[in-house]
Amino acid sequence: MKWESVIGLEVHVSLSTKSKLFSGTASNFGAEPNTQANIFDLAMPGTLPVLNEAALTMAVRFGLAIGAEIGKYSVFDRKNYFYPDLPKGYQVTQLDFPTVGKGSISINLEDGSEKIIGITRAHIEENAGKSLHEDFSDQSGIDLNRAGEPLLEIVSEPEIKNAKEAVAYLKKLHSIVRYLDISDAIMAQGSMRCDVNVSIREQGETKLGTRTEIKNINSFRFVEKAINSEVLRQQEVIEDGGSIVQETRRYDSTKNATSSMRSKEVANDYRYFPEPDLLPVVIDDSFISSIRSELPELPDAKKERFIEDYGLSAYDAGVLTSSREMADYFEMVVQTCGAPKIAANWVTGNLQGTLNKLELDIAASPISAKDLASLISRIKDNTISSKIAKTIFESMIDSDQSVDAIIEQKGLKQVTDDGEIERLVIQVMEENQSQVEQFKTGKEQVLGYLVGQAMKISRGKANPEQVGQLLRQKIEQAI
Amino acid sequence: MLEKTVVELSEALKLRKVSSVELTRAYLEKIGTKSKKLNTYITVCDELALTQAKMADQRLAKGEKNPLLGIPIAHKDIFCTKGIKTTCGSKMLENFVSPYNATVVSKLNKAGMVTLGKTNMDEFAMGSSNETSYFGPVKNPWDTEKVPGGSSGGSAAAVAADLCAIATGTDTGGSIRQPASFCGVTGLKPSYGRISRWGMIAFASSLDQAGPISKSAEDAAIIMNAMAGSDDLDSTSIRAPVDDYTASINDSLHGIKIGVPKQHLTEGLSIEVEESIRQALQVYEKLGATIKEIDLPNNHLSVSAYYVIAPAEASANLSRYDGVRYGFRCSQPTDLEDMYKRTRSEGFGSEVKRRIMIGTYALSAGYYDAYYQKAQKIRRLIKNDFDAAFKTVDVIVGPTSPHTAFGLGTTTDPVKMYLEDIYTIAVNLAGLPGISIPAGLVGKLPIGMQIIGKDFAEAKLLNVAHKYQKETDWHKMKPSLDFGD
Repeated sequence: MKWESVIGLEVHVSLSTKSKLFSGTASNFGAEPNTQANIFDLAMPGTLPVLNEAALTMAVRFGLAIGAEIGKYSVFDRKNYFYPDLPKGYQVTQLDFPTVGKGSISINLEDGSEKIIGITRAHIEENAGKSLHEDFSDQSGIDLNRAGEPLLEIVSEPEIKNAKEAVAYLKKLHSIVRYLDISDAIMAQGSMRCDVNVSIREQGETKLGTRTEIKNINSFRFVEKAINSEVLRQQEVIEDGGSIVQETRRYDSTKNATSSMRSKEVANDYRYFPEPDLLPVVIDDSFISSIRSELPELPDAKKERFIEDYGLSAYDAGVLTSSREMADYFEMVVQTCGAPKIAANWVTGNLQGTLNKLELDIAASPISAKDLASLISRIKDNTISSKIAKTIFESMIDSDQSVDAIIEQKGLKQVTDDGEIERLVIQVMEENQSQVEQFKTGKEQVLGYLVGQAMKISRGKANPEQVGQLLRQKIEQAI
Repeated sequence: MLEKTVVELSEALKLRKVSSVELTRAYLEKIGTKSKKLNTYITVCDELALTQAKMADQRLAKGEKNPLLGIPIAHKDIFCTKGIKTTCGSKMLENFVSPYNATVVSKLNKAGMVTLGKTNMDEFAMGSSNETSYFGPVKNPWDTEKVPGGSSGGSAAAVAADLCAIATGTDTGGSIRQPASFCGVTGLKPSYGRISRWGMIAFASSLDQAGPISKSAEDAAIIMNAMAGSDDLDSTSIRAPVDDYTASINDSLHGIKIGVPKQHLTEGLSIEVEESIRQALQVYEKLGATIKEIDLPNNHLSVSAYYVIAPAEASANLSRYDGVRYGFRCSQPTDLEDMYKRTRSEGFGSEVKRRIMIGTYALSAGYYDAYYQKAQKIRRLIKNDFDAAFKTVDVIVGPTSPHTAFGLGTTTDPVKMYLEDIYTIAVNLAGLPGISIPAGLVGKLPIGMQIIGKDFAEAKLLNVAHKYQKETDWHKMKPSLDFGD
């Protein structure tokens, strides 16, 4: 039997407002427990919420970025349940009238094609606190620093077909919210979290199968693995004659398997009703258009521009625009050295490789855009060869010296002097006579070998283009 | 001296006939000897009161003219008072000391008022007789066998018995007006949003409103000038400008149109109360008012709608009392669920639990539309009724309660108790201002007359109430003060 999976994602991103959603408390990551909780966050009797307008603005920014309908009339609701890290005994969220309505984003599939994923809605809600079970024997600690932080919950349509698409979708969301500067979206710190709804059905079937929800997955890699393992599990259950139970599951990365948390039958009745302590939020066109006018260039538009203006491949443009920081870095390099294609190769190649190895963000790159641009300029003006450039690049990682100083100091300046090149070519021809003969008989590829020998002798400093030309000239003359 | 109004006391303070410290000591002494039997106060703040009185005297000496300066006040124990126990009449908060002041308290402190203490109330303001208080019922100073009304029964009784000059209360379905009526004092429930709810412990957020309980409409006007106004800490407080409530208090009533709802003078109303209201209307006619019968066709639905909406909101508002962060926690819980269950079972009284259950039920999946949604629709209809009525009249007058104060322990059926608020509840649902003023006596028990106004027409209400009080002496009647200890 052929199966297909249907996946929908609920993604929570913490909005990076200075203070919480309904109180003036700061909301920084990593503060001492309960140092960022005021009387409202503690749900002291008599305290009341006041909406942080910055959170609303950020939600609208997101909505406009995904081409969504903006809820001009949005309503906060109370979602009631008891848990020690939920001080009021209810979470304030938006049920029927969210700030962001239907929209969509495009993702790139592995075959290079594009796919549009619908977004059902995105609503503003408050985060809960954190229970600390490990630090106290026989007791649980509660840290309310996080309680009341603004979250944007982004709900996708069930239009994602497999784990790879899910990850592509997540990465795109990650990129968008970071471009918009509305969230750090760091999965490891919980500022981006993901619940995955998975169901399977026979290929060709149009009805959706029973879904399970995998809660709180905290890395892109685990999202992929969790979906794959859950899809497999569902297939096995059905193929063994069983049926899927609608339930919440958790993913255990050490076992690479999901397990049941609670089933729908014992699920909470949240008794939603409109939050009477807050008025409905009414926003007008001028509020929306002022936010629209301040929207930054978004990944898709930037990618198009990179292809158009810089002549980059779609792939390179996609990689370079996947984060705003990388795109900015790239553009700064190009502005200084004026060689977009070489710059793209360096940024996506050596630089990215180095950053990965050092586990650094491009914002913390040991080589500044300006320095990389000087390096590329020296390649362009033939001061150094590409090969030598790689050596210089390695030196630049641990050095504060300028590119020119390194070239000077290490004597890496490219040999372009015709006389020297000619001496080099003659030496190579003498030492590699059989290869020269082969070239004469038409074996073109031998030329590369001969150039390589010249480079070796010159320790990379000879200009390979010049060497190649002269070699060809001399051998052809000799025929 | 203690029986005097704020206006009179303010004059005496200004003329140095008495100091705020002397006045405060006198009240504290009377509270010490007389309050026990009435059970009006849950907490008396001798020390704070005397400190505040001393400061007020210093300000008076400098010639400051604020009419509230140095006046001793009692706060309903629903208002958070920094460093002072704030119990809300519940075991749940028996030892809760608030870390902050309610906006109302801050404003009145700033005006130089002296906090005598915190008055008794129905638990979490849920009750119409003060009998649901964890700290025992308040007794009516006019007859200690009778209830003072609720939930602001402690405040109303304290004002009536001269155990304070004036008091704060809160009104969700009649909790200022009904006890004012039963205790023969003046009680104003302002329009929803007129006074900040910050620091006022929530019962039903969309209905709760703070207001004064006083010895006269004029006193209410003076304190409203300090209490009213928008508050950045309360999103539901109204940004509309605040009137000077004393400015128009003596305006002529000539030509004013008074509506009398036919639904308020029907069966169920005691004959004596009806008679008193009719006599009051004659007073108004003499003052130049025209009286007109009006129709509030959906009034009979108000109690039902209220007892869905208020408990629904309360069921969520009271979830925070879970034993985790503050307040009562059951002893030796075995696990989290046990802690929740026993903390809330032992910490709340039966009326509070009843309402939490009603509210939880009304909001449950499958019932929400039939109860909560429908109640909200009725609420809209009730508001429409008032809007229509106010197209033809300026104020609406009727009884505050169908009868005078009833006997302690006599009303045990919850539904019968809920019907106590038949005339007051619709006003909360519509968000309108309403005032209860004394308008007669049956035997030794006071009768209250309710005046309802348009949105934010508190100034008009106070004007209409004050003109009546200038013509009559019902508000000056005092209980025979032999309730001793």
